[in-house]
Amino acid sequence: MDAIGNLLLGFSIALTPVNVFWCFVGVLLGTVVGVLPGLGPPATIALLLPLTFKMDPTTAIIMLAGIYYGAKYGGSTTSILLNVPGESASVVTCLDGYQLARQGRAGAALGIAAISSFVAGTFGVLGLMFIAPPVAKFALRFGPPEYFGLMVLGLTMVVFLTGRSVVKGILATLFGLWLAGVGTDVFTAESRFTFGRMELLDGIDFVIVSIGLFAIGEVLVNLESKTGAEIFKVPKGLRNLLPTLRDLKDSRFAFLNGSVVGFFIGVLPGAGSTIASFLSYGLEKALSRRADKFGTGVIEGVAAPEGANNSETGGALVPLMTLGIPGSATTAILLAALHLWGFRPGPLLIQENPNLFWGLVASMYVGNVMLLILNLPLVPVFAQILKVPYFVLYPAIFGISIVGVYSVSNSLFDIWMLGVFGLLGYLMRKLDFPSAPLVLGMVLGERLELSLRQSLMMSQGSLSVLVAGPLSAGMLIFAGLLLIMPMLHRVRSWRVKAVEQEV
Amino acid sequence: MPRAVDHFLVNMQTKKDLASAICLGAFGIYVAYAAINLPYTSEFGPGPGFFPLWIGIGIVGCSLVMLWSCAFRGRIDGGEAIEPNRTGVVRSLGAWTAFIAAIVCLPFLGFAISLGVLTAFLIVVFDRRSPWTALGTALGLAAGFHLVFPVALGVSLPVGPWGF
Repeated sequence: MDAIGNLLLGFSIALTPVNVFWCFVGVLLGTVVGVLPGLGPPATIALLLPLTFKMDPTTAIIMLAGIYYGAKYGGSTTSILLNVPGESASVVTCLDGYQLARQGRAGAALGIAAISSFVAGTFGVLGLMFIAPPVAKFALRFGPPEYFGLMVLGLTMVVFLTGRSVVKGILATLFGLWLAGVGTDVFTAESRFTFGRMELLDGIDFVIVSIGLFAIGEVLVNLESKTGAEIFKVPKGLRNLLPTLRDLKDSRFAFLNGSVVGFFIGVLPGAGSTIASFLSYGLEKALSRRADKFGTGVIEGVAAPEGANNSETGGALVPLMTLGIPGSATTAILLAALHLWGFRPGPLLIQENPNLFWGLVASMYVGNVMLLILNLPLVPVFAQILKVPYFVLYPAIFGISIVGVYSVSNSLFDIWMLGVFGLLGYLMRKLDFPSAPLVLGMVLGERLELSLRQSLMMSQGSLSVLVAGPLSAGMLIFAGLLLIMPMLHRVRSWRVKAVEQEV
Repeated sequence: MPRAVDHFLVNMQTKKDLASAICLGAFGIYVAYAAINLPYTSEFGPGPGFFPLWIGIGIVGCSLVMLWSCAFRGRIDGGEAIEPNRTGVVRSLGAWTAFIAAIVCLPFLGFAISLGVLTAFLIVVFDRRSPWTALGTALGLAAGFHLVFPVALGVSLPVGPWGF
C-alpha cells in the first residue's frame, strides 16, 4: 500500500503542467537524439545540464530522464530503416529489423519496436518502484567471478547469432574480443596492439565498428547489383504500415523476455543495455519454435532486444538512486546532476527526498505513454524514408555514418577506421562470416577480461574462484547448457535422418 | 543445377574458406606472438599478455578446424555455394574507393563538399544518371546535412577553408 500511496504522491508531482511540459520536451529531444546519429544521450544530457541549474530539481531530473529513455525509443529507427545502429544497444535490432524493412514491413518493425519499448519501459518503472532496494542489494553481491559468469553467458549467445557455420561465428567472436583488447591495459597501463598510433591508446569505439560492419558493409553489398532494381517495398495504406494482431501475438513472449532481461541486466552496474539486448535476442531465439528464421526478418527479433533496451533504463536507475552507483555514461552524468542539485544518492535518498524519487517514477509512466503516442503516428512517416531513391539513400547512409562516427571524439582517424571496418563488413558478407558475433565479442571483451583478471587476482591464480559462488557457478552451468543445446538438436536430427534411412 | 556447375561453385566456396582460414590463422599467430612479447603475469596477477595470448591460440585453433573442414568435407558446415559475381565485386570496391577518397578530402574540402562530391560521383559513375540529377542531389544532400547537424544540432563536423 505504501508504494501505491507514494505513487499517488508521485503523480501529483509529475502531472503538474510544468512537469508534464518538461517531460514532453525531454522525451521529444530524446527521440530526436535517438533517431539521429551524432548526439547520444550522455552528450545531450551533459549539454543541457547547465540549463537545469535554475530549474526545480524534480522538474530537471524528469526532463533529463525523459531524454534518457526517449533516446532508447528513437534508437531503433535507423537500425530498422537503414541498417545504421543509432546507438550500441540497437545493433541487434538491425539483424531482423532491417530484413523486415527489406520485405516491406518497416512499419510493422517500427511499430512493434515502439510497443515493445512501451511495455518493457513500463515494466522497468514497475521494477524501479516495487523492488528497487532488494534488487540493488542483490546486485551488490555481483563480484568479479559473477560478472565473469555473466559475460560468459553473454558470449554463449554467439551460438544463436552464428548462422550456418559455428566455427566462423566463433572466429568472428574471437576477433571481436581481440578488438576489445586494443588500447591501454587498465591494470598495467601497457599499450597493446596500438601499432604506434596515439589514437588507438583509448581503444576502438564500439560505434565505429558497428556502423562500419552494418551500414557501410550493407551499402557496399547492395551496390554490387546494377541500379534499377527496387530494393525496398513500402506498402500503401496506414493499416499495412502498422503491426498486425498476428505480430503482437508472435511478440507476446518477446515483450516479457525483453522486459525481465533488460531490467535485471540494467540493475547490474556496468553491464549495460547492449548486453541486455544481445541476451534477450539470444534467449528469444533459443526458446523460439522458428529459431532458424531469426535473422531473416522475424518480428520477435525486433521486439525482444528493443524491449530489453528500454526496460534497462528502469533497471539502471535502481543502483543510481538507491546506492549512488552509476552503471553507464548516462547514469554517471545523472549522478553528477543529482550531486550538483544538492542530493546524495544512496540508501536514504528515497526516504529523505520522496518528491524527487516518486515524482521521477510517476513521470516515467507519463513519459512512456507520451512516447507511444508520439512514436506510433510517426511510424508511417518514417517508413516513407524507404521510398527515397537508392541513389540518394546510399550517399545519405555514407553521410550519416561519417556524422555518427566523427561525433564520438571528433577524430578523422575514427573515420578512416570506419572505412576499414566497412570493407571488413563487406568481406565478411562475401566470405559468409556473421557480423553480429564480432560485435558481441567486442561489447563483452573488455568486461570479460577485466572480471577474469580480477577474479584470478582475488584467488591468486586459482581458477576455482570462478565456480566457488553459487551465482557464478549457476551462470557458467547455464552457459554450458546453452552451448550444448544446438549440439543435442543436431545429434537428434542426425538420429532422425538415420532412422528414416533405415526405414 | 548440373552437377559440374554445383561442383565448381562448391569448389569456389571451399577456396574462399581456405583463404579465410589461412589469413585468420596467420592473424592468430601474429596475435599470439605479439601477446608473448607482453608480460603474461604482473605483480597484480595476470598481465596484459594473458588474455590476448589465449585469444590468439583460439583463433589459430579455429582456423585449423576450418582448414580441416575444407580438406575433408569440401566446405564448412553446409555453407551455401554462391555464384561468383566479379562485376559486382568490382562495383563495390569502386564505391569503397570513392568513399575512402571522400575521407581523404575531408580535411581539405570539409564534410559538406566531400559528401557532395562523393554523391555526384556515385550517381554519375554507378547509376549513369544525368549530371544535372547528380548535381541537384549532391547540393541537396550537402545542404541538408549541413543544416541539420552543424547548424540545428550543433554537431561539429570537419570543415574546409570556407568554414563548412
